[in-house]
Amino acid sequence: MTDFDFPATVHPVASFPRLRVEVPLFDSRVAAGFPSPAEGYIQRPIDLNEFLIQNQPATFIVRAEGESMIHAPIQPDDFLVVDRSLSPQNGDVVLAVVDGEFTVKTLRIAKQRTWLQAENPAFPDLEISEEREGLVWGVVTGSFRRFAYARTRSD
Amino acid sequence: MPLALVDCTSFYCSCETMFRPGLWGKPVVVLSNNDGCVIARSPEAKALGVPMGAPEFQWRKRLRDWNVAVFSSNYELYGDMSARVMTVLRRFSTAMEAYSIDEAFLSLDGMTWAQLAACAREIRQTVRRWTGIPVGVGVGTTKLLAKLANRAAKQGDGVLVLDHDSPAGHDLINGWPTRELWGVAGRLAARLADLGILTAGSLRRASRSLIRQRFGVVGERLVLELNGVSCLELEEVEAPRQNLCGSRSFGRPVTELEELRQAVTVHVERAGEKLRGQGLAASAVCVFLLTNRHRPDLPQYNPQAGRELIVPTAFTPELMGECQRILSAIYRPGYRYVKAGVLCLGLVPVEEKQGSLFREVDPAQEEKQRRLMAAVDALNLHHGRNTVRMATAGFEQRWRMRQDRKSSCYTTCLAEVPVARVY
Repeated sequence: MTDFDFPATVHPVASFPRLRVEVPLFDSRVAAGFPSPAEGYIQRPIDLNEFLIQNQPATFIVRAEGESMIHAPIQPDDFLVVDRSLSPQNGDVVLAVVDGEFTVKTLRIAKQRTWLQAENPAFPDLEISEEREGLVWGVVTGSFRRFAYARTRSD
Repeated sequence: MPLALVDCTSFYCSCETMFRPGLWGKPVVVLSNNDGCVIARSPEAKALGVPMGAPEFQWRKRLRDWNVAVFSSNYELYGDMSARVMTVLRRFSTAMEAYSIDEAFLSLDGMTWAQLAACAREIRQTVRRWTGIPVGVGVGTTKLLAKLANRAAKQGDGVLVLDHDSPAGHDLINGWPTRELWGVAGRLAARLADLGILTAGSLRRASRSLIRQRFGVVGERLVLELNGVSCLELEEVEAPRQNLCGSRSFGRPVTELEELRQAVTVHVERAGEKLRGQGLAASAVCVFLLTNRHRPDLPQYNPQAGRELIVPTAFTPELMGECQRILSAIYRPGYRYVKAGVLCLGLVPVEEKQGSLFREVDPAQEEKQRRLMAAVDALNLHHGRNTVRMATAGFEQRWRMRQDRKSSCYTTCLAEVPVARVY
């Protein structure tokens, strides 16, 4: 469990609590002939769901634990956005199932072999073979985190 | 008019195992609200002979000995997964009826039989791949035939297109027992059997006037639907009493939260009335909003979110408080909404919970509560949602005790998302 203080009350399907930034985005384009500034330029607030999620019904969030993807870069406790509708390709970071557990690795597909590559020299790659079956659960399309000091602060 | 009936295979169990790869291919069951009895079984649990409705306390030892994974029901998870499945299905048809939490009828107009078969397979593959939920697809020209095809598909590869005039279609219908037909309960099947009607085939060829005379319009509809004459329009059939849905399109597009609030208020009041009228209580509520999908030129936003209730309830103020909070969370300005709806999930007979919670309540007291409910409904309508929230106090501990084996809300709560080991 994280020490995040997300409200346990309502969990909208299409958005994460507190992840929407209610900051108006100012359009920097200048329309010639209208000297009067800001009015009319305020756009919709930034919506991080829109940025992170392309296909909502196929998208799931998981939390990373461990350091084998540190150069991806994926740090411990990063939230990962996983899209199941994308076809996994060579070089994609994927959420895979190996030995009945979720793991995150870079998918490598060559002529004769398929393997899951760690992005940290201290960790071995996982060969996918007849002995060790692997399955791609979904393609990791993004990540997000809040800095530790911000998690507890509200001033 | 070809229709597909899509239903999710062992839906609650599929939701539970989706985020637990270690349980794939293993027996899994989900328990009812009180952890009382088995309400969902994975195919592996069915194969072990765990019956539907098996009381947990009677089966505890066997479930443990057989290494069956046992879960308390997690309607927040099921509601979200259901919304995902329904969203994917809507891509395949402009007319759809979400018939229950895990079933939907889709209109597939204007396709040849070959196209229907390809489409049915694509529906199955897409839902499975995108959401992880396996579904079966049955296609027929009426709801009854689609339902029959769906059930028959379970014996095959999960997809069946039933052309009721083809030789294969004749064979299937002729061999189909009446008691396995949708809407034919045990008693109706017995009365049909008295007339020598034991299969869908003989019912199909039965005299319409005779059937109408004996069984009324309902019976006649069965005959017509079996012959490919559609009598049951989309949305005409009432949903099974596991769920209850209230929704209505607006007379004109609505953009303001306050107006949506009024609409949701009306739906919740109706839902509360319906629940009480049938002696049922809801375990969870969902609220959804729809924009006009026939206007692709306008921005689209179709949110749905659910919330599990502290105890199953038919108490309108409590339902109202939850639904209004959900609405506040999912509402976004800048869209033209054409429909709002409220869904009550996991309906249980109110007597079941009275046994444990309100044993000492006398009828006069109950009548008082009922009148209070009516009064608070009115108050809530005029004074806003905060009026009704006090009803939720005090039950939390009891609720937790009854949800011993609940899984995480993997898809709806950031603090509970699945963990991937990255080492």
